[in-house]
Amino acid sequence: MPNKSAGLTSRALSVYSKDMRVELRSKYAFNAILMFGITSLAVVSFTLGQTGLSPRLLAALFWIIMFFAAMAGLAQAFIREEEAGTVLALKLSADPTAVYLGKLFFNFSLMALISAVITPVFFIFTDAPVDNILLFVLVLILGVIGLCAATTIVAAIISKASVKGALFAVLSFPILFVLLLLLVNASAKVLEGATPGGIGTELQGLIAYSGVMITASLMLFKFVWQE
Amino acid sequence: MWWKVILFVGLAAVIVFSFITPAPQQVIGEASRIFYYHIPMAWIAVLAFAMAMVYSVRYLRSKKFIEDIRARSAAALGLLFSILATISGSIFAKISWGSFWNWDPRETSIFILLLIYGAYFALRGAVAVEEKRASLSAVYAVFAFVTVPFLVFVVPRMAPSLHPNDSVIDADLQFTMGASVRIIFFSSLALFTVMYLWIFNLTCRVGALYRKIIEEEDI
Repeated sequence: MPNKSAGLTSRALSVYSKDMRVELRSKYAFNAILMFGITSLAVVSFTLGQTGLSPRLLAALFWIIMFFAAMAGLAQAFIREEEAGTVLALKLSADPTAVYLGKLFFNFSLMALISAVITPVFFIFTDAPVDNILLFVLVLILGVIGLCAATTIVAAIISKASVKGALFAVLSFPILFVLLLLLVNASAKVLEGATPGGIGTELQGLIAYSGVMITASLMLFKFVWQE
Repeated sequence: MWWKVILFVGLAAVIVFSFITPAPQQVIGEASRIFYYHIPMAWIAVLAFAMAMVYSVRYLRSKKFIEDIRARSAAALGLLFSILATISGSIFAKISWGSFWNWDPRETSIFILLLIYGAYFALRGAVAVEEKRASLSAVYAVFAFVTVPFLVFVVPRMAPSLHPNDSVIDADLQFTMGASVRIIFFSSLALFTVMYLWIFNLTCRVGALYRKIIEEEDI
């Protein structure tokens, strides 16, 4: 049990390392997301073939696959607690902010790992242009942060409801719409060969979005978490 | 009571005059009359969302059920008006620009608003415990509202600018808002808002009474 008088960072890190340890035992969430991502990628690649895919279409497909992957696995952080019956123990061990930050970093690690697998496979399957790969990775990182920022608190909300899986997507999509729009636009421009300056507006939007979502989540999380 | 009479007479006058007076926009002709109704519907849909958010915040701070009843009533009416706004907007789009749906920034925003309302009620339906239902839906309402500035400021600059749909409406408001058009339009806006607030008030009172009498709980 983390020391209550320890700083916020160490409490959050305790929650995070507990989650990582549990996850590494079964790798359930990781496998779920990975399989979802690879399967949707394979279906896309198989049906559309390699020729004639515009950068815009490629960008849209990439982020649809990432969205599906996120919907498959990011709710696990909280659903697992409910199903294992450890919610009360967690409530007793750490304050809401520490729990939220721990779960946020856990989701972020999960998505980062998945992206590291899916992105190269995507580029291989679709033969997308790789001129500006670093810029693509930057957009990817900001996108993953944004995805986790918006969905972590929604995951907490639906873990208390009854129809969990479907509800997660229903609740997340309106909130993620703006993010996905920004990401598809930015990625499309990068695949067409834009410079960092060319996607300046999108980058600002992405950073603003993540900042706003995390701040709002920090303020609202305790209302979801407490009884 | 007197204001109800004014509301009735006023709205009847608005409806009659919206059809009698010359059409606001000559290019599209008669179909442009729809803007007397479409814009108030869209405005009320957004107003209702803002009200739902405010009442949600008040619920989270005070935990009083009346605030949850108010938030839910505002959201229900907001959903209704969003649907009306979307339908009227679609009809207008079909007549002026040839297709029912174009993903132009305003259409996209109203669509997202519909999804948010739908998600709000889906969430409410999925939680059995009353207090949890109120807290969770309140948090969702506030969280979803936080994305609105992005919808208003970011989406218009992001949406692929194939056709500047809104410039037709904006040009409309600028040069053909003659005196008669202006009077009818602003009366329609004001009167529909009053009507919405009245329906909202009634819905809240019904909700509170239901809770008191049928569920025999205190508010």
